[in-house]
Amino acid sequence: MNPFTLNRPETVDAAVRSVTGYLRPAFIAGGTNILDLMKENVEHPTHLIGLNKLPLNTIEATADGGLRLGATATNADTAWHPEVQQRYPLLSQAILAGASPQLRNMATNGGNLMQRTRCYYFYDTATPCNKREPGSGCGAIGGFNRIHAILGASKHCIATHPSDMCIALAALEAVVHVKSKDGERQIKFEDFHRLPDDQPERDNTLEPGELITAIELPAKGFAEHFSYLKLRDRQSYAFALVSVAAALELNGNTITDARLALGGVAHKPWRDKKAEALLIGQPATEATFRQAAEAVMKDAVGQGLNDFKIELGKRAIVRALKQATAGEHKAADIFTNSNP
Amino acid sequence: MSTVSTSSAADDQLRPPVPPSSVTLRINGEDRTLHIAPWTTLLDALREYAGLTGTKKGCDHGQCGSCTVLVDGKRINSCLTLAALQEGSDITTIEGLGQEGQLHPLQQAFLDHDAFQCGYCTPGQICSAQGLINEGKARTEDEIRELMSGNICRCGAYVGILNAVKEVVDAQQASRR
Amino acid sequence: MSTSSSNTNYVGKAPNRVEGPAKVTGAAKYSGEFEVPDLVYGVVVSSPIAKGKILKIHADKVLSLPGVLQVFSHENVPHQAWFDRNYKDDVAPGGSPFRPLHDDEVKFSQQPVALVVADTFEVARYAASILEIEYKEEKHETDIESQRDKGHAPSKGKSGYKPPSSRGNAAKAIEKAEHRIRHEYIHGTQHHNPMELYASTVHYHPDGKLTIYDKTQGVLNCQQYVTKVFGLSKDEARVINLYNGGAFGSGLRPQYELFLSVMAALELRRSVRVTLTRQQMFSIGHRPHTLQTLEMGTNPDGTLAGLKHYALHETSRFEEYTENVVNWSGMLYQCDNVQLGNQVAALDVYTPQDMRAPGAATGSFALEVAMDEMAYAAGLDPVDFRLRNYAETDQSEKLPFSSKRLRECYRQGAEKFGWDRRPLKPRSMREGNKLVGWGMAGGVWDAQMQKAAAKASITADGKLTVTSAAGENGTGTYTIMTQIAAETLGLPLEAVTFKLGDTDMPEAPVQGGSWTAASVGTAVQKACLAVADKLLKQAKKMDDSPLKGADLEDVEFVNGLIRLRKAPEQSVVLRDVLQVSGERQIEADSTAIPNLLNMARYSMHSHNAVFAEVQVDEELGTIHVTRVVNALAIGRVLNPKTARSQVLGSVVWGISMALMEETVTDHRFGRYMNHNLSEYHVPTNADIRDIDVIFVEEEDPYVNPLGVKGVGELGLLGVAAAINNAVFHATGKRVRDLPIYIDKLL
Repeated sequence: MNPFTLNRPETVDAAVRSVTGYLRPAFIAGGTNILDLMKENVEHPTHLIGLNKLPLNTIEATADGGLRLGATATNADTAWHPEVQQRYPLLSQAILAGASPQLRNMATNGGNLMQRTRCYYFYDTATPCNKREPGSGCGAIGGFNRIHAILGASKHCIATHPSDMCIALAALEAVVHVKSKDGERQIKFEDFHRLPDDQPERDNTLEPGELITAIELPAKGFAEHFSYLKLRDRQSYAFALVSVAAALELNGNTITDARLALGGVAHKPWRDKKAEALLIGQPATEATFRQAAEAVMKDAVGQGLNDFKIELGKRAIVRALKQATAGEHKAADIFTNSNP
Repeated sequence: MSTVSTSSAADDQLRPPVPPSSVTLRINGEDRTLHIAPWTTLLDALREYAGLTGTKKGCDHGQCGSCTVLVDGKRINSCLTLAALQEGSDITTIEGLGQEGQLHPLQQAFLDHDAFQCGYCTPGQICSAQGLINEGKARTEDEIRELMSGNICRCGAYVGILNAVKEVVDAQQASRR
Repeated sequence: MSTSSSNTNYVGKAPNRVEGPAKVTGAAKYSGEFEVPDLVYGVVVSSPIAKGKILKIHADKVLSLPGVLQVFSHENVPHQAWFDRNYKDDVAPGGSPFRPLHDDEVKFSQQPVALVVADTFEVARYAASILEIEYKEEKHETDIESQRDKGHAPSKGKSGYKPPSSRGNAAKAIEKAEHRIRHEYIHGTQHHNPMELYASTVHYHPDGKLTIYDKTQGVLNCQQYVTKVFGLSKDEARVINLYNGGAFGSGLRPQYELFLSVMAALELRRSVRVTLTRQQMFSIGHRPHTLQTLEMGTNPDGTLAGLKHYALHETSRFEEYTENVVNWSGMLYQCDNVQLGNQVAALDVYTPQDMRAPGAATGSFALEVAMDEMAYAAGLDPVDFRLRNYAETDQSEKLPFSSKRLRECYRQGAEKFGWDRRPLKPRSMREGNKLVGWGMAGGVWDAQMQKAAAKASITADGKLTVTSAAGENGTGTYTIMTQIAAETLGLPLEAVTFKLGDTDMPEAPVQGGSWTAASVGTAVQKACLAVADKLLKQAKKMDDSPLKGADLEDVEFVNGLIRLRKAPEQSVVLRDVLQVSGERQIEADSTAIPNLLNMARYSMHSHNAVFAEVQVDEELGTIHVTRVVNALAIGRVLNPKTARSQVLGSVVWGISMALMEETVTDHRFGRYMNHNLSEYHVPTNADIRDIDVIFVEEEDPYVNPLGVKGVGELGLLGVAAAINNAVFHATGKRVRDLPIYIDKLL
């Protein structure tokens, strides 16, 4: 970990102004990812702007019936918030499927979006990684790539986005509010994270100096028919090999609206609108779900050790949609049932 | 055969360490002024500067839970926060829960259920269990298992840990009724 | 020892751990936690390459940083001892031990190549991160798969290694057999990963002497190493380890934090602490990646006609690490035609290191899965099949067992588990949408005893202190030794203090092999009996002593009294004896050695049987281990609470081995890629459900005076195999390479 200076502004304006004059400024909120990466000598900020005094830790209703999640509200406070549990249980379940209680108490909503990949090669400075060191090559291609991407990867990077929370946010069509010293803007969730292409060092579309201030959930929460299914190498405290956020609206047995997003398979939360379209208007049957699953994985490409994710992903999609249809997940047991 | 040169820092690699300054932390109800730089984690501040080695370093990366402490009553991994970011917070470590001769109910339950072997993850497990109780979400065995899963025990004392935590959770439930 | 009922009879009882209060309050001090004055910090720099030469270490820039005291590397470390043999520790395998910072050669990835010392940990860590080092990389080989036909039989040398012996003609017998199986079984590299990071705090005293707090399973082994390498006298290098935060074999040999911290302390004439990172914990030894082939055949009556077991595992280029992988297959079952082979192949990796039940964990996994496959091939229930092949004697050693109640383990384990309700056919049980499977397996482990010494000392106030340079890794050593001492002298537990982990104490073996209870326990008992003898002599001198004329065999020490066995009402109060004696303390040293005659006459082993239930979501490949019953015959159980905890922990290890634990190597870089606790998966609380432990009663008059066999390693045996067999029973799919990840079941 290299030396850095630190300030702890009390207003958002002061925070976004704090980036000026430093070689590599960075925001720190929960710190759970950036400090980890600083100790691994992957991140080298020269100045940290501590966000935990900012008044951004609230969760409140929006005028149009949605919910605004403050950027520095913790993942735990968000997951257990009564409004989130009742109206957006998919989000609660996804958050609680990730990390550990301690980490969720520290990690913030904004920080969750900023999480970097868990790719072994990204973390290990003894190996090449285009994301960490552009132009050095991708160690994972041709290497130990069991946990890597099957969708949207490039010849420069096959890393995956590690978040669970973001998979639910993608399915719920959240909107990210950001601010810099030059002004504010809103980014649709699907446009927030990006695919690696030839710039894997860029995880998202934030501009330098921009700070996430809030994540807004639209009114529609799919609280009746949802499922967050997570497949991993142990029952808890592990990243997803494949995860599925499924949300349905049903009229009788007919699907009237559908959302489908996958984690652990791509450089970003992988939402597939084409597959969703295949579900809408159809009966909620296994055959329909299979069709959607096949559509999601139509262009999937394995890297060898992760080939299994293609078939596993399809089966997970079908299972998640079945569970969502059955509406069997309840807020009360939401933190013990993301594991099949 | 190739020649490689390694060091992992960025271009401007040689930066002199930032001089330490006084940071006051409220630990176990007591204000402690420590002479530390911004890059000192809360974990290292406790262990190397405040002499409170009950909080353990098992991975230093938030992957094991041995460093769990309570900050304003909430359990966190002290390895992944900077001490300077916790100025103004109320920090409780294992030393603040109870001492030999006057054990905290969780400490007694861990002892009675033999919920540890080597003892290294134990302070973190106990602080985590106190955090779990403060949260008030876990009641059943499965819920306790899941919400105690942020603490790895390589000795594999999970059965004892579950029973110890369940005993205290149940006792608290009963006393609330 | 007393036979009548009394409240100072502690052996076999389950008091809480005596060191427990220190552990649950955080008061217990581990090696990296001792406060010493003017401490400086060393951070290790690890090699990014697996093989090559260090061309240049650019230390200048780093040395200019305020707070940096020194950068140690082969370029400036003064030569320590010249001879390899000086680096050889008590449990080193054959070959040439790795010498940290010795020369420019890189022999394995993550080899320590420099130590940066600074006045704070943070500065040392930063300086280590920017230290520029140039290497010339050479071609490496780290994949055991490349050595399939290139293994060789290990040279004899490592203590405890027994070259496997064959008998009969297995090939011919299998050829003629009614049913046959032949399969390959594989598990990858595994790392011990105790929770505590390897650390050493070296206190440099003004007179130049060192007190070394090191994470180790053997303080004497470390002292021996340090004195030989650095040319110090024992008096100049005291090594202490009061608590060891887990080890599982990783601390049997001195690790490089010890060398580096002592070297730095001597060079800088200052106190130094070196703590490894979790990543570096993957560079200090491992259970080797092992390939095994099992071949078996049965006769029409379900008895084994022949058995072949061959293993190939990795070692380093510089040491020949070996373990007893296949020997167990020659003794667990009755079979007249057995062919065993054990080979090693050298790779560019660090030397493997004994890891909980070394060899047996590996070999018995393959043997017990193969036994299940053989049972199915012969159409037999797996327990029935094992009973048909029950070994009444040790055929390998041609000796009777000193005791063997494995049959009872099968019986009690099966009964507790409900095995009789098991349909033989796979895929015949379901719960909801999950397939349910039941599997079983078993194991055998050596019941060993080593030479050990202890000292007991009782003071006039009736307080007893017993010392021995043993170790405490969480196994319960503090507690059981306190129990033995208290019972031997009839004192309350609170009056007894057992101290360990200090080279100033009487000699004890390294804490491994499950032999501490037997070895140190016997020494403790013997030392206390020697004190008892002295006390009795004093007691007899007392006026009107009812013990006059009594010998030690005639009296018992119970409840603070010395009393006649035949007339318990005839007694003297122990404290009165001490008061009247006028001595400030009465003490005795004693050394216990194994009974060589009994060892020559009997095969001494512990046995177990494990039953496991799994639920498998076939579609998604997920496995839950819902129930495990582990029945063990381990001789006398000194403390059922701590012994049970060791077995519970072993079962967790078995679940880990079966389902999630593996260090993966990218052979292009010759480097472990998941070197952290996020990606090297071991179970969490959520992975563990019901575990039952049964201690089958077993009396063994030959194994050692206490009749104990040890339990730390046996409990792991059979667990991974039982789970593997249960997965087969659930799904009909046999996975022969561990761990059984989701992908392998899809």
